[in-house]
Amino acid sequence: MTDATAAQHDAHEHHPKGLARWLFTTNHKEIGTLYLIFSLVMFLVGGAMALVIRAELFAPGLHLVNPEFFNQMTTMHALVMIFGAVMPAFVGLANWMVPLMIGAPDMALPRMNNWSFWIMPFAFTLLLATLFMPSGAPASGWTLYPPLSLQGGNSLAFVILAIHLMGISSIMGAINIIATILNMRAPGMTLLRMPMFVWTWLITAFLLIAVMPVLAGAVTMLLTDRFFGTSFFNAAGGGDPVLYQHIFWFFGHPEVYIMILPAFGIVSEIIPTFSRKKLFGYTSMVYATASIAFLSFIVWAHHMFTVGMPLGAALFFMYATMVIAVPTGIKIFNWVSTMWRGSMTFETPMLFALGFVVLFTIGGLSGVMLAIVPADFQYHDTYFVVAHFHYVLVTGAVFAIMASVYYWLPKWTGHMYNETLGKIHFWWSTFWVNVLFFPQHYLGLAGMPRRIPDYAIQFTEFNVISSIGGFAFGIGQLLFVYIVWQCARGGQKATANVWEGARGLEWTVPSPAPLHTFDNPPNVDDPDLVAHTGGTR
Amino acid sequence: MKKLNEWIVGLAALVVIMMITWGIFAVGDNMRPGVTPFSQDVYALHNTVMGVVTVIGVLVFTAMFTSIILHRRSRHPNAAKFSHSTKAEIIWTAIPVLILVVIAVPATRVLIDMEDTGDAEMNIKITGYQWLWKYDYLEDDISFYSALDRDSNRARQIGSDLAPQDVDNYLLDVNNPLVVPVDTKIRVLLTADDVIHSWWVPDLGWKRDAIPGMVNEAWTIIEQEGTYRGQCAELCGKDHGFMPIVVEAVSKEDYAEWVATQQGQTTASMGSAAP
Repeated sequence: MTDATAAQHDAHEHHPKGLARWLFTTNHKEIGTLYLIFSLVMFLVGGAMALVIRAELFAPGLHLVNPEFFNQMTTMHALVMIFGAVMPAFVGLANWMVPLMIGAPDMALPRMNNWSFWIMPFAFTLLLATLFMPSGAPASGWTLYPPLSLQGGNSLAFVILAIHLMGISSIMGAINIIATILNMRAPGMTLLRMPMFVWTWLITAFLLIAVMPVLAGAVTMLLTDRFFGTSFFNAAGGGDPVLYQHIFWFFGHPEVYIMILPAFGIVSEIIPTFSRKKLFGYTSMVYATASIAFLSFIVWAHHMFTVGMPLGAALFFMYATMVIAVPTGIKIFNWVSTMWRGSMTFETPMLFALGFVVLFTIGGLSGVMLAIVPADFQYHDTYFVVAHFHYVLVTGAVFAIMASVYYWLPKWTGHMYNETLGKIHFWWSTFWVNVLFFPQHYLGLAGMPRRIPDYAIQFTEFNVISSIGGFAFGIGQLLFVYIVWQCARGGQKATANVWEGARGLEWTVPSPAPLHTFDNPPNVDDPDLVAHTGGTR
Repeated sequence: MKKLNEWIVGLAALVVIMMITWGIFAVGDNMRPGVTPFSQDVYALHNTVMGVVTVIGVLVFTAMFTSIILHRRSRHPNAAKFSHSTKAEIIWTAIPVLILVVIAVPATRVLIDMEDTGDAEMNIKITGYQWLWKYDYLEDDISFYSALDRDSNRARQIGSDLAPQDVDNYLLDVNNPLVVPVDTKIRVLLTADDVIHSWWVPDLGWKRDAIPGMVNEAWTIIEQEGTYRGQCAELCGKDHGFMPIVVEAVSKEDYAEWVATQQGQTTASMGSAAP
């Protein structure tokens, strides 16, 4: 029976060559690779925009760009990094790793998988094309608050359609991931045996399905307000500009967790591997992730304490936001306990994971400060907020993505990356990213608003330090590109297990993972395979 | 012996991390205490919460670095087997909850205080425009616009012959400051004419959005005479960075004098314009 199926399968094997191979692929590994490459390109594009911002802020006075273009850069930097770099990177990792981790032969919906990737280049062509239009790219911040966003030119329509396409892509990706995880687990892979990365992605996928349509609704209302004479957000026509902010942040806050929950999953895979010890408190990790996801739906207004809301509402959103610190704290304590009395080695993935724990914690702690409403009246819309969310997004999400790339690259390419260069990349990035973002806390407390192209003289020193950090950090990422390229081309052959302490189904297949894996479901009852998770407890 | 070793290393890690933390605070700016009762409450709250989160951070990082030092493979070749402890998990759920409650109490008190705009002695309506502010003194019937001063405006142009460093209060000076009396409870009504702006003077301790079609309110009592500077805090278009706010708090007598002059001017200009 199995031989017959395998033979049949082989008969179906036909590999288009060249571009067609990538255009028509329905293979989860190839689509995962496409997502990851796309994400890397967008990371560099968004990074270049950040450097324009940091270059202009290197000295007081306007030197390089006019304020209009500066605002386009802050807006596009955020849109490209969020929707182009971080989210596709996590979807790419899910594509590659979820089927391997649960013992499935592929994603549940392979053709839809192809489509959800190939929408992305079109979406970003629309978005980036606005830079070359007469009215310019959107300049109202990535939040696109009306009425300001409605003042822009016709390019707004392109941006909104691009957001619709990204939303469609994300929703299809999320449906695919849920369908795969719920239906295609190998026999014996019960939900509470799943690796944490799979768990965090399952929860993230539900968040995506819940909130991407909300964003689509919000931007569609912008579209009709701008082009078809409605006045959802126009007070003069009976609308309400603040309504937009409520709808947007109802999407926006879960979105924040969409960008961090998979990172939690990655770190929960890596720390046990290099500590040679099971993940501490697996079950509480799962429940903590689920509680964070639930809470993310009831804290949106903490992004808008200064719009003026009733006392009761402000108190509710303050308390709800503070509560998030509890499950997040549990996660951090669990990671430290996983390391405690382990037997640690510090290869590059572990270094990035440890960097994540320390620096994400700093971002989380400043988040607690921001939750305090009266103090937020001072912090809001200053560089303190900029520092906070870059600590959670760059040293949080992006560091976790880099950790995962170093961790799984040998599995993907069949070669070991250059460990020395990897370590240099880590230390370089960690040093400079702090030079880049830490002084921004001081700038915010000293009174510098965000999204300004020029500033008063007293903010000069810390802006100079931050810009130097920005350029050094940015240049350092070219080393990352080189390391990945070098590893893809060749290098020391990787074993199937790659890391001494690694456990889980993905390490039972050869490196590089063949195009088709788990044609026959693996036996998950071997306790060693699920040793990181609740399997043997 | 092993336990003792862990304590010594942990203590050393704690000292190092505390010194680093202290250094980080020593080089940077902190929030300003400001000149209103509310701003001082906020400042105290900010310092308290920052202190609490710093202590938490230092403790977590100390535990982590102790582990990194002691439990590396070269010193600790055989990993322990434990992966669960209900007692520990209950403790580190309960303690953060208690800490948060302790923080929430003063935060709630200060917030309730802030929302009480009753018993105001005077009312000022602030309207945000792209890219200047308009101030209306509702009782004294004074009204004027307040925009970036000329020197800053000249220095901020690309290729300007005037360096920002040569302008006093670059980007933080206006042609007509908002003049208010000290020790007076002032109710502020905020709105905007075009897009959303946000009126923020750090020394007053709050910012509040000025939204077209809506009226927001806030209040302040300035306790010290002086000039206080701020900026628009909500992205409002290309000149968002160039619509500063200057508040001049003067004694009640000086304020009365200023009102008289302003009203005289208004009457004079109206008189001259009428024929």
